[in-house]
Amino acid sequence: MAKLDAPQIVTSRVGLDDGHTLARYLATGGYESLRRALSMSPAAVAEEVDAASLLGRGGAGFPAGRKWSMLKKDPVTYLVVNGDESEPATFKDRLLMERDPHQLVEGVIISAWALQVTAAFIFVRGEFGLGLERVLTAVNDAYAHGALGLDIFGSGFSLDVVVHPGAGAYICGDETALLETLEGKRGFPRIKPPFYPAAIGLYGQPTVVNNVETLSNIPWIVLNGGRAFAALGKGRSTGTRLFALSGRVRRPGVYEIEMVHNTFRDLIFDPALGGGTTDDVAIKAVIPGGASSPWFGPDLLDVPLGQDEVAEHGSMLGSGSVIVIGANDCAVRAAWRLTRFFQRESCGQCTPCREGAGWLERILRRLETGGGRREDIDLLLDVCDNIAPGLGWPPQQTTICPLGPSIPSPITSAIALCKDEFFAHVEHGGCTDG
Amino acid sequence: MSHFLPGFRLRAEGIVALYPHARSATLPLCHLAQEQDGYLSANAMVEIAELTETTPAEVRGTASFFDLFHLEPVGTYVVGVCTNIACLLAGGLELLAHAERSLGVAVGETTAEGTFTLEECECLGDCDVAPCVQVNCRFVRTTTPDAFDSLIDQLRTGAIPEIPRFGLLSRVRRSVGLAVPTEVIATERARVAAEATSNDRAAG
Repeated sequence: MAKLDAPQIVTSRVGLDDGHTLARYLATGGYESLRRALSMSPAAVAEEVDAASLLGRGGAGFPAGRKWSMLKKDPVTYLVVNGDESEPATFKDRLLMERDPHQLVEGVIISAWALQVTAAFIFVRGEFGLGLERVLTAVNDAYAHGALGLDIFGSGFSLDVVVHPGAGAYICGDETALLETLEGKRGFPRIKPPFYPAAIGLYGQPTVVNNVETLSNIPWIVLNGGRAFAALGKGRSTGTRLFALSGRVRRPGVYEIEMVHNTFRDLIFDPALGGGTTDDVAIKAVIPGGASSPWFGPDLLDVPLGQDEVAEHGSMLGSGSVIVIGANDCAVRAAWRLTRFFQRESCGQCTPCREGAGWLERILRRLETGGGRREDIDLLLDVCDNIAPGLGWPPQQTTICPLGPSIPSPITSAIALCKDEFFAHVEHGGCTDG
Repeated sequence: MSHFLPGFRLRAEGIVALYPHARSATLPLCHLAQEQDGYLSANAMVEIAELTETTPAEVRGTASFFDLFHLEPVGTYVVGVCTNIACLLAGGLELLAHAERSLGVAVGETTAEGTFTLEECECLGDCDVAPCVQVNCRFVRTTTPDAFDSLIDQLRTGAIPEIPRFGLLSRVRRSVGLAVPTEVIATERARVAAEATSNDRAAG
C-alpha cells in the first residue's frame, strides 16, 4: 500500500494556474520563510538544514548540510543553482521552475543568507524556454518586492541573483562542467582534485552548487524545522521526493511522495500515482534513477524508494526518474538509444568515454538493424569493462567525470535481463518488433 | 562598426555588467546574437570576443560545444523531436520519420523557403507527454502525426503567439542591473562574520 499522507513540501502550488505569480505566492505564505530566516543567525539556518538531513536531489545524493559546511571561509564565495536538468526522463526541476519559481528563488535567498555568499547564479537549461521566463520573472518580481537587492526586508542583508541560460549540453549537469560554462568556456568537467567546488569553484572561489529541487525544499524546512523534515522518510532518506514517472504507465507524471515508505510497485501501480501499466502489459524492466542507473527486473519492484535501499540492490535512485519498460518493448533498441545519448553527450575529453561510447553505439546499432554477430554480446561487455573495469556498481572510475562509467549501465542491464533478445536479433537479422 | 544593433549593443553591455568576469557573459551574448540575427554569425562572435575580453576563436570554441547555438543560418522555426528513452517507448522514432516526410527534409536540414529546421533531440524533459516535440525551445505537445501536421500548417500560415521566432530564447528580460555595490556586500559579510566569531567566543 502506498503511503500518501506526507505533506506536499515542494508541490503545493504546482497544480495552480497562477502558482508561478508573486501574488499567488504571497497569498500562500510565500517569503514568510525568508523573513523567519533573516531573523535567525546564518548558522542557525544552516543547522536546520543539517538537521533535516536533506540529501541533494540532483543525482549524486550528497547531503546538502554537509556540502554547506564544507564551504571554505573566504571573503568571496558563490552559490550556484543547478537547473540544467537533462538526465533522460527527468522532468521534476522543470516543473518546479515553471510552476513555482518563487519557491526556488526564496530557497536561494535563504541559502545565500545561511552561507553568506557574495552572489548567487541560477543556471537554467537552455531548452526550458518557459522555465527561463518564469524564473526571470520571479527574480524581477523579487527585486521589486524587496526580497532581493539592497537591505532585503530591512534586515541589513543584501544580495544579487543572476539567471544564467544554458545552451544545450547534458554534461553541464556535472557541477564542475556547469561552473566552466558559467565562466564562458566549453562544458568540460574539471580534473580532480580539487574534488569539491566548496573549496575551489567558480572563478577559483569557494562555491556551493545545489540542485533546484534541493533548494526548493529550503523554505519549508526553515518554516517547519529540520526535525519535521527528518521525521518523514527513513534512515538516510528523509523527507519527500519528486519522482518523475514515464514509459509504459497509465498516468505518467511527477509525484511527490515520502521516501522509503513507498516502493517502485506503489509508484507504478497505485491509482493515485502511476495507475498501473499501459494496457496492463507485464513489466520487463524498470530504470530506477535515470539513464545512468542499472535497470531493475520485475523481481525488484518491492524495493523501497530510498537512496540506500536502491543502492543495496546494485543501482541508484539518482535523479528520481523511473522509466517503465514493458514486456513488448525491445531491450536492444532501448539500450542502443540510451548509448547513443551518451555518445552524443560525451564531452570528448577522456578516451574511454569518447571512443567507447562510439564503439558501443555502432555495435548496438548493427544488432538492432540486422548486421549483428553472435560474438557482439561478448564484445559489448568487453568494451564496457574497459570503460568501467569489473562492471560493478558503483562503477570504477576511468574518466574525469561519471558520464563515461555510466555508459555500461543500460547495456549490461539489458544483457543481464534479456540476453535471449540479443541472440534473437542476431538470428533474425535485426529487430522483429517493427 | 558594431555588429550588434544599437539596442542590442546596449543590452549586451548590460549583460556583461552582471558578472564578476566579462567572459561569463559568453553564453548569454551568443543567445542575444541569435535573437538579433536568427543564428550565431562570425561577425557576432568577433564582437562577443571584444565584449568578453576573449578571442573570436575562444567564443567559437565555447559556442560550438552547445546544441542551441547555430553557426549557420537556420529556419524561423527549429523543430525538435525527442527520441530518447521515454519518447522511444512512445513512438518517437516513428514521429521523427513522419516529420521528415511531412517537412520534406532530413534531420539537420532546413526547408527550401527557410521556415523550418528539423532536429532530433535528446531528452527535453516533458516525458509524460511523449513523444515530445519542441519548436524554438517551447513544448508544443503534438504527440501524433496529425497533431504535428496541423501545427506545421498553422506555423506556415501565421505565427503562434506562444512560440517566438528562433533565437528569442526569453521574452522576459532582467529588469534591473546589479543592485548591490561590491563594497556593500564586502562590508555586510565581514560584519556578520565578526558577529559570529564574537558569539562563538562568548559561547565557548
